[in-house]
Amino acid sequence: MDKKNSVFLNGILYENPTFVQLLGMCPTLAVTTTLANGFGMGLSATAVLIMSNILISLLRKIIPDKVRIAAYIVIIATFVTIVQMVLQAYVPSLYASLGLFIPLIVVNCIILARAEAFASKNSVFRSALDGLGMGLGFTGALCIISAVREILGQGTILGHTLYGGALKPISIIGMPPGGFITLGVLIAAINFIVSKRKKGGNK
Amino acid sequence: MSQPSLISLLIAALFTENFVLVKFLGCCPFLGVSKKTDTALGMGMAVVFIMSLASAFTWCANYFLLSKFNLEYLQTIVFILIIAGLVQFVEMFIKKSMPALYNALGIYLPLITTNCAVLAVTLINVQNSYDFIHSVLYGAFAALGFSLAIILFAGIRETISEKEVPESFRGFPIALVTAGLMAIAFLGFSGFSI
Repeated sequence: MDKKNSVFLNGILYENPTFVQLLGMCPTLAVTTTLANGFGMGLSATAVLIMSNILISLLRKIIPDKVRIAAYIVIIATFVTIVQMVLQAYVPSLYASLGLFIPLIVVNCIILARAEAFASKNSVFRSALDGLGMGLGFTGALCIISAVREILGQGTILGHTLYGGALKPISIIGMPPGGFITLGVLIAAINFIVSKRKKGGNK
Repeated sequence: MSQPSLISLLIAALFTENFVLVKFLGCCPFLGVSKKTDTALGMGMAVVFIMSLASAFTWCANYFLLSKFNLEYLQTIVFILIIAGLVQFVEMFIKKSMPALYNALGIYLPLITTNCAVLAVTLINVQNSYDFIHSVLYGAFAALGFSLAIILFAGIRETISEKEVPESFRGFPIALVTAGLMAIAFLGFSGFSI
């Protein structure tokens, strides 16, 4: 029981793919202009991650070692295509605003990294749990970054205007440079908190 | 559909729509292999090579196979397979025939499969319905834009690594903020067209 919990929490906290492992930077920076986009991207990647982890774990004894990376990529690409079609059919507005970055989930390093490092060595249930944890960790990180960028860059949250439009939004935060700077400052803030707590623990 | 002039394609790929700093494509290698200018140069060269080839091959696959049989929805799968196969093949070929080049590019080649800039450029070529020449050149130009950004960035990071940075910002955060400042500089090119 305890072990299963740790597999799940690992992805959300201790090995958070975005803030700790620094994987999957392209979608993290590109689609986080609004909270809705960030959340949609996070959920799409989570869906692909869980499904590919399950299938790869099921096939882990069948796939020959030499062609495993190619096999993983085909499996991941298949699920991405499915997710792409589902989004296009049911949430066309999200599909339009994420655009090119939906097919690019294929090359999101988080998914390939979990396939290689976890799903190829663990049971189906644990792999699914790992996919869920990592996916939620990724989604959470995207939500934090996109919420900060939407509030500062556009003065709105989920499309609702904040502070009555009295303050002018800092539009640069919503533009490409703001993505890099916001993520840099957030990681620095996390480093600061972690090092403060470590020092507190030593006393 | 009319094709853009080659000069405007070059300017767009290098400056106004720089792949890394404006479109956020290829950020992983941009942040990962940019600690030294030599490695950044090696990575840039390898990407130019693969992106031009990938553009050519995927254009052929799309034109002669996928669009003939209305199989466009298979684009993602087919393109990533072509790229992965191409990277493997180029690696083996260079290892056999050009050992000097292999030593220079060797370790960067496998990393390119998961460089999203490569898959992205092939998809953009199809989206904009570029013809063969434009696809190949856009691939090459976009990769040059990537190289320009990564080499400049590596130069700045080399200098920063000798400076005293606040503890929390050391390593990755300061690199991201630097990239942000570079992106502001590249934003200055926007609206510039021929």
